[in-house]
Amino acid sequence: MKLRGLALQAALAAVLALLFWWFYSNAAANLAARGIASGFAFLRREAGFEIGETTFAAYSAADSYLRALAIGLANTIRVAALGVLLATALGAAAGLARLAPNWLLGKLAGAYVEAVRNVPLLVQLFFWYALITEGLPAPAEALHPLPGVFLSNRGIHFPLPGDLPVLSGFNFAGGGALTPEFAALLAGLTVYTAGFVAEIVRAGVLSVPRGQLEAARSLGLGRRDELRYVVLPQALRLMVPPMTSQYLNLAKNSSLAVAIGYPDLVSIANTTMNQTGQAIEGVAVIMAVFLTISLSISALMNWYNRRAALRGLAP
Amino acid sequence: MSKLLHGVRRNLFSSWPSALATLAILWLAARWLPPFFDWAIAQAVWRAPDARACRAAQGACWAFVSEKHRFILFGTYPFEQQWRPAAASALLVALWGLSALKACWKWWLPAAWAAGLALIGALMWGGVLGLPYVENERWGGLILTLLLASFGAAFAFPFAILLALGRRSGLPVLRYACVGYIELVRGVPLISVLFMASVMLPLFLPAGASIDKLLRAQLALVLFASAYLAEVVRGGLQAVPRQQVEAAQALGLGYPQTMLRVVLPQALRMSIAPLVNTFIGFFKDTSLVLIIGLFDFLSTVKVSLQDPAWSGFGVEAYLFAALVYFVFCYAMSAYSRSLEAKPALDAAAGLRRE
Repeated sequence: MKLRGLALQAALAAVLALLFWWFYSNAAANLAARGIASGFAFLRREAGFEIGETTFAAYSAADSYLRALAIGLANTIRVAALGVLLATALGAAAGLARLAPNWLLGKLAGAYVEAVRNVPLLVQLFFWYALITEGLPAPAEALHPLPGVFLSNRGIHFPLPGDLPVLSGFNFAGGGALTPEFAALLAGLTVYTAGFVAEIVRAGVLSVPRGQLEAARSLGLGRRDELRYVVLPQALRLMVPPMTSQYLNLAKNSSLAVAIGYPDLVSIANTTMNQTGQAIEGVAVIMAVFLTISLSISALMNWYNRRAALRGLAP
Repeated sequence: MSKLLHGVRRNLFSSWPSALATLAILWLAARWLPPFFDWAIAQAVWRAPDARACRAAQGACWAFVSEKHRFILFGTYPFEQQWRPAAASALLVALWGLSALKACWKWWLPAAWAAGLALIGALMWGGVLGLPYVENERWGGLILTLLLASFGAAFAFPFAILLALGRRSGLPVLRYACVGYIELVRGVPLISVLFMASVMLPLFLPAGASIDKLLRAQLALVLFASAYLAEVVRGGLQAVPRQQVEAAQALGLGYPQTMLRVVLPQALRMSIAPLVNTFIGFFKDTSLVLIIGLFDFLSTVKVSLQDPAWSGFGVEAYLFAALVYFVFCYAMSAYSRSLEAKPALDAAAGLRRE
């Protein structure tokens, strides 16, 4: 029996090794035939394409592919980090609203959750992008919902301390700005993920035993204190693992940016692959980066989980 | 009447915050619903010979959808032959509906699927019974989305069961291979797996050998879905009590018999609802094949917007696309919820209690 197990494993290892060797030799032959040098040397070469928007760092077409990819990564992190924050806030609000005693509020939150969870994210991204670029007016007739905030088909312009956006020519100058691509991606990721977060929050709150609520009420706690001191500390512990996978999903889903032209890592890697033909390296970069992001988020949430769990177990 | 008033007070005005929320919602509805109704229905253009009537109107241009519906639904499939993808789509949906009924979970269901898929293949490709041949580069629209999802699930599912069993195996090489595969695929975005299939796979095959673009995307979807389904199946496997395995071994059953006859029937039964939920996610994910240039339903919607005579109606077009996806996904999630609500279906629950 033991021998059979060993033989089976040896056979599996041999088959996998053969498969990988076969892939490797085919790839080597194909690359040689196409005159593509494998390896990451191309990262030092000049990229030669412009990037629509950058985060924290300057970039020009004369920079290297490596720098272009780094800019893409920074853009990915920017949209994912903001998305996680906003989706958590919106999702928690929708989840709690669904549990509210107010019938209208509960139904409204329920309809929102059902609508966003049952439509593909890509459709929602295209919808937001179309809404911004086709539905909003030109900068000259920009919507002006709050002082200093302008919504137009060129994106969202908002004031920074001591720096107001002013209409100049065909667009706004000054202040802070979100491009249509960034705004659509952020809105799509936030609204979509919040639908899933809402369900996690609801399940977490519902998981708190009824006796706990009755105990809180008999102590004379109001609804807010009851939520803050009794329900949430217990519900949070249950919510951490599914929330982790939602944050991971959001980070991975930010790669859909490539479909609406926001220059995230995947979209820059895609351009790089098209220009250089370095498909294996390009896909390897994407996978390595996302595996790193996934593992970091998991590690962070595990750390938080240990802390939250310990606090509950301490005598 | 007093009952109604009482209900209104209890559900909408039970406390000050609740009353404020009700008033705020009513105020927002009064402000936003009439203009939305105006846009979506009252001022909307439902039928128009060209886009001029739409551009002149204040409302939505649903005429765009009625003008382009043939292309959106069937892509570039030959126009006079479009009843074939329509019939194939209806057949596929009927097969899914049949599979959802517990009364149909019989030996003949796999046979019905095999026959149905063969018929769909014959309808789509043609070349038999006097149907002209249509190469699969011309397939597109809704049927492509349905086919990608159906074949994807059909091939990913057995693979997922093997992966889940491998992950729980006592043989370390097998276990690490399965864990590595599952975690790698779940750690990266689907789009990178699709890129891998569309640009890397041709490099990995011997020179001259080529796989059709549609098949490559299908392969990527199968590889991706199997990792997620494997985790659901593993959850089901973990819920089967140890004693079941021990009892099977005491009866002298070997590993394959134990799994096929004792463990898997219980594990799969318990994981039907989460499997349906995973499938909903997978169905939505098939829309990503648009990025590697395949002509699925979302892709035909997007391409139909590129007609310069009808450009600028993206909001209407994507709302229509959202509605179609919603109908499919909502039906499936309602079904999954009805399964969760029926404890009688959980045959293993009775076993666990003993």
